[in-house]
Order: sequence, then structure tokens, then C-alpha cells
Amino acid sequence: MSDNLREQLLLLPAYFQGHLLLTLAAITMGVLISVPLGVWAEQSARAKQPLLATVSIIQTFPSLAILALVVALLGGRIGFLPAFIALTLYSMLPIVRNTVTGLESVSSSVIEAAKGIGMSPRQILREVKLPLAMPVIVAGIRTAMVWTVGLATLSTLVGATSFGNYIFTGIQTRNLVAVTVGSLASAGLAVGLDSLVAAIQWLLEKRNEAVDSSRLRRIRLSVYGVIALVSAVALYGLLPQPRADFVVAGKVFTEQYIMAGLLAGELEQAGFMVDQHLGLGSDVLYEAISNGTVDLYVEYTGTIWANYMNREGNPGREAIRNAVVDYLDQQGVVAVGFTGFQNRYALAMRRDRAEELGVISIDDLLPYADDLLAGADLEFFGRPEWLRLRDLYNMDFAEKLTFDPSLMYTALVERQVDVISAYTTDGRVAAFDLLLLDDPRNALLAYDGIILASTKAAAQPAFMQAIESIVDGIPDQLMRQANRLVDVDGESINVAVEFLHAEMAKN
Amino acid sequence: MIELNNVQKSYDGGTTLAVANTSFVVERGEFLGLIGASGCGKTTTLKMINRLEEPSGGEIRVNGRNVLDQDPEQLRRNIGYVFQGIGLFPHRSVAENVVAVPRLLQWEPDKIRARCEECMDMVGLAFDEYGDRSPSQLSGGQQQRIGVARALAAKPEVVLMDEPFGALDPITRSELQEEFKSIQRSMELTVVMVTHDMTEALLLADRIAVMREGVVLQIGTPRELLNKPAHDYVRDIVAMPRKRAQRLEELMHDE
Ligand SMILES: Nc1ncnc2c1ncn2[C@@H]1O[C@H](COP(=O)(O)OP(=O)(O)OP(=O)(O)O)[C@@H](O)[C@H]1O
Ligand SMILES: [Mg+2]
Repeated sequence: MSDNLREQLLLLPAYFQGHLLLTLAAITMGVLISVPLGVWAEQSARAKQPLLATVSIIQTFPSLAILALVVALLGGRIGFLPAFIALTLYSMLPIVRNTVTGLESVSSSVIEAAKGIGMSPRQILREVKLPLAMPVIVAGIRTAMVWTVGLATLSTLVGATSFGNYIFTGIQTRNLVAVTVGSLASAGLAVGLDSLVAAIQWLLEKRNEAVDSSRLRRIRLSVYGVIALVSAVALYGLLPQPRADFVVAGKVFTEQYIMAGLLAGELEQAGFMVDQHLGLGSDVLYEAISNGTVDLYVEYTGTIWANYMNREGNPGREAIRNAVVDYLDQQGVVAVGFTGFQNRYALAMRRDRAEELGVISIDDLLPYADDLLAGADLEFFGRPEWLRLRDLYNMDFAEKLTFDPSLMYTALVERQVDVISAYTTDGRVAAFDLLLLDDPRNALLAYDGIILASTKAAAQPAFMQAIESIVDGIPDQLMRQANRLVDVDGESINVAVEFLHAEMAKN
Repeated sequence: MIELNNVQKSYDGGTTLAVANTSFVVERGEFLGLIGASGCGKTTTLKMINRLEEPSGGEIRVNGRNVLDQDPEQLRRNIGYVFQGIGLFPHRSVAENVVAVPRLLQWEPDKIRARCEECMDMVGLAFDEYGDRSPSQLSGGQQQRIGVARALAAKPEVVLMDEPFGALDPITRSELQEEFKSIQRSMELTVVMVTHDMTEALLLADRIAVMREGVVLQIGTPRELLNKPAHDYVRDIVAMPRKRAQRLEELMHDE
């Protein structure tokens, strides 16, 4: 446990710095855009309603959708830029709205006095209205700041480093320590930045007052100190970093984290500098490997077949492998080779229950299906594969329940359901010694792990050589054990990577 | 100096007139009192002189030039104005409020500071004690005095005052009235002062204009108004101070 904690804390500086830079950049840009917009809205009755409506609508978009849209608008670009743009958009509503409210709430007798002594409209704005509206505007900035710190965790999904890396990795690998460290760090940063803005505001208000000046000076010095420190940390991220030779990436589940770690390890051993972008969405990743933002990751043939080639039907494992390799070739993505395992859906039962009924394939289920309870993850019963399975075998279950994947396995083990839609490389299949039923009628798609590389990376022989050993090197059984180390035994990703590495070296 | 010719003002596009066909002249160094019931158009008249409101008809001249031909900001910087709602800047210190106009006129810092002390002394609030305070730390009457100091700070030749002494106790009030009257005399200020208080008008003003429902009923020296009131309303309003004095007299005799 304390090993785990140490491992997490080692990641803290990089995540902190990424999160801070992202938040500060987005808030700064948000303020630079939103305050002038608010001023404009307050002055122009015609602009006000449309503008407020627009920023409100942006806010009603689910934050993940905004991130995905920005990535798409940038032509599939991942990393800092899309996260920065999405967070900036998200920060606008509270700042614009509070700027308008603040300006509108300045007493009309004060504005009339300013006009009456001969101030120009600009002077009235700068010297009277803005300063008087400032507390309300700053309150808006503080709201935006707290939101942005929280939302920045999501930017992990588009490949920007943040405390979200802790949270998403932690959730997927059931590493509660990582989730806790990430959440606490994010909350702490929100509170810290909020207090900093409050302190700056307080100092600005006290600027003209001669209260207890030694105390004021001390506070001012410490605030300046913190500002300097925070900016230094944030700006450090803008310094030209030593550029990584390759970017290895992965999707949001344990197997992907392990495979990315394994691939990155091989490249590093060959002397390359590697960046890892973990926890990305599927579409984002495929786009990124096509345009070369990502150099290496593990995809699945079934995903390419169904989602990117938009094919229906199931011609069988070999046919899909061949079709996918041809398709990738046309798309300018290099298929380095298969991993050796396939992670597809399979119907699974407790071994004792299967023996009791004498079942080893889906065909054998047919006489009983009407009386059986089935459990699946949240999407299985909505996928074409289930429809095909239902039609090809002409069967249905007495009841179909959906679960979070980890609960689905528990439900099966505790005999609440008879059959589940397991994943073939899931560690829990090994841990609970489940029986995976054969699928003689080929209802379920094949999902061979396939190592994809960008054309740019694949052009380097040393790169190809470094990852060669992984091709066809990991049978289902081995991947299941690696997944099990993390998902069932609570080990870290690194432990699972080392395990795989050691096992492969034996052969 | 200030000249109104058939000036009209309507806030509702002509349906009702807040000020109707008003004409009068205030000579250089003259002190005009403007008196009348609440809502009769006194503030509106004052605001039109420095273009806080634009007249709907007629013509206003300050220093011989139509105000509509003058740059409104320059015009306002050269006219001191004491607002009915005081209108101090709550985010500025008292001293900064007093010197707001000299700042706009970009006076030298030394001169600004000296003038600040002078003006605050004039209204009886010591710079050292009150200068650094924020307006919210002053009493209502003190705020009003700072409003007067602000109007005088840039040494304007024309001063418009909208009930400048309303919130003061009688003693401070009469001190300040005398102080102001002597400044007005020595600097030959041209003043239009709105008041509800006939006694104040009689004591300070060279001439008094009596307004009712947007119309100036009569304009003249206190003596003219007392001796030859042109209207029942004028007679009643001018007689008020004397009536009250008589009532006081009777009360004393009853004892
Ligand atoms: N901005 C405005 N919009 C519409 N009507 C106004 C406006 N300002 C004043 N009025 C109206 O014009 C009339 C004259 O108002 P004004 O403020 O000049 O009165 P006043 O003589 O200064 O009264 P008081 O002694 O109560 O200050 C009133 O009927 C008032 O309701
Ligand atoms: Mg008034």
C-alpha cells in the first residue's frame, strides 16, 4: 500500500504542473475574453441577450462533449490545445454574467456624478464602473476557477496531463490510492487558487488604507511569493521540454494501460525517449495515430471492423484480420502485428453451474435459456453482436440485467445470474475460474489485439526492432493473468508490465 | 453668464413638460436661488445647464455660447456641481473625491494636494483627519460637505448646487452658508442653488426664481418678491419664514 502511495506521489509534480498550467492558461484566457464581452453586453442592449444565451448554452453542453467537439474541430488534435480551448469556453459563463451584473449594479447616482463632473464614457467605465463592479467580477472569476480546476481532470481523456490521470487510471485499475490522491490534489488546488485570488482582491481593496501596515506588508509579501511560485511552476511547462522520440498511448482500461506500459518499456530499453498518453477515447486515438500525434498503441480488429470500417456481419476471425490489415494499409496506418490475444465478448458461466447443465458451447444453452438469468455490461444488450447472437441461435434469456463490469462478475460468482457477457482477457475470468462458452455459429466478433504504429515511427527500423518481440507474444492466458494482477490482486500497472516482460523473456 | 431662452424639457416625448418655456439670466457673480415644491422641475433645470439632460426646446447659453455647441465633458469640468444625491465615489478616499475634477484637468500633483486641504478646510473637515477615510465612514452631513468641496475644488466660475445643505444641523448649516456666501462673493462665483428652504434662499440669494409645475412664476430680488408677489403661490411661499417667526413669537408669549 505504501509502495503504491509512493508510486503515486512520484507522479505528483508532473500532474500538478500540467493541471496548474492548463487551469491558469484557461482562466487567464477566459478573463481576457469574458470581461470585455461582459462590458460590451452591458453597454449594448442588443448584444446582451444573445451573448448571455450563447455562453449559457455552451455551459449546458456536457463537458465531455465539448472536449470531443473541440478535438474534432481541431482535426483530431489531442493534448494541451483542445483541453485549453474547451476549458476556456467553459470558464466564460460565470465571468461574463458577473461582469454584466456587477456593472449594472453600480448605483446610477454615482454614475451620474461621474458624468456630471466631466468624466468621459471611457473614464466612467475604467475609473468608476469597473472598480465598483470588481468584487462581483472577481466572484465570477473565482467560480470559474473552481469549475475549471475540477473540469481540467477530464482533459486527461484528450491527452492533456492533469490530476485526471490519477483519477481515470485509478478508476480503471481499481487503484483507490490513485483516485484519492488525484481527487485530493484537485480539490486542494481549487481551494489554493481560490484563496490566492481572494487574497489578491483583499490586498487591492486595502491598497489605499493605512491599516496596520506591517501586517499588511507581511501578507502582501507572502501573496507575491505564492504568485511568483505558482507562475514559475506553470511557466516551467512552457519551457521547451526535451522532446520525446515517440508517443505511446492507450484507451481507458487496464489491459490498455498494461500494453502501453509494455510497449513504452521496450522502446525505452532500446534507448528512445517515450511519452505516454493514457486513458484516451477510442475515436480520439484512432484519429491521432492516423495523423501522427500518437505513434503506437494497441487496437482491436473488431473495433476497426465495426466502428471505423462500418462493416456489419461476422465473416470469422481470419477474414476480419485480413480485411482490417488491408484497410489499415489504405489508411496509412501501419499494422505492426497482432499481440497474440484477443479481447472479445464471450458468454461465461461458473464452471460448476456449466457442468451441472452439461454446457460447453452456446448451442448447449438452448434448452435452458428460457429459464436462465443473464448479466451484461451496460452496452452489450444494445450491440449488434447480441442481436446477431439472439438471431443466429434463436434464443433469449428469461431476464437480462445490466451491471457495471466489476459488479457483473460478482453477480455471477454469487449466483445471482447464470450467464454473463465476459471479456476474454479479463483477469476475473482467471481469478474466478469461469468457463467461456464456445461460439460455433460465429455470432460474436473477433477482437484480436493489433499493434498500430504511425507511418513516421514505422519508418525507423530501430523502432520496429524494439517492439518486434511483442508481436504474437502474448496468448490470452498470459494477458488474463496480467490483467488479474491489477484488477483482482490490486497490484500496480508496473507490476503487471514487469510480469509480462518476464514471462515473455522465458520463451 | 447663464442664459435660458424659452427652455423646455419633456421626458416622455412631449406629453408632459417637466420644464415649460423657462427663460432667465444669471449674471456673472450673481447668486440665484431656485425654489419650488418637490417635482416642479428644479433639478431638471439645473441638469440642462451642464448638459446632464438635453433640452427638448429652446436654448441655453453659458459664457455666451450655446451649451449644445460645447464639448459636454469640457463644459462639465468647468462647472461645479453639487448633486442632490451627493454621489461621492464609494471606492475612492474622501481626498480623492474632493480632487476628482482637478485630476481630470491634469493639475500638478502639488497643486492638487494643496487645493485638497484648502477645500476640505473650507467645509470644516480637516484633511489630516478625514482625507484618508472612505465616504462610507462619514456622516450624511459630512458627505454633503465633501460634495460641496468637490464642486469648488477646480475653482469653477459657475457652480450649480442641488440642495447642498439639506442634511445639515441648523448650526453647521448656517456656518456653512455664511462661509459659502463669502467665498461666492470674494471669487465672484456665478451660482444657481436649488433649495426647499425659503429662509436659506432669502439669506443667500441675490435673486430668487419661484417655480411651480415646470414654470417659473416669478424671478426677482427677495425684496421684490416680498413686496410685489406676482402670484398667490409666490406670496405664500415668500411669507413662510415670516409666518413661522410669528408663530414662534406667539409660542414664547404663551409661556
Ligand atoms: N429621468 C427622468 N425620466 C422621467 N421623468 C423624470 C426624470 N427626471 C425627472 N423626471 C420628472 O420630471 C419632473 C421634474 O423632476 P425634477 O427632478 O426636476 O424635480 P425637482 O424639482 O428637482 O424635485 P425635488 O425637489 O423633489 O428634487 C418630475 O415630475 C419627475 O418625475
Ligand atoms: Mg431635485
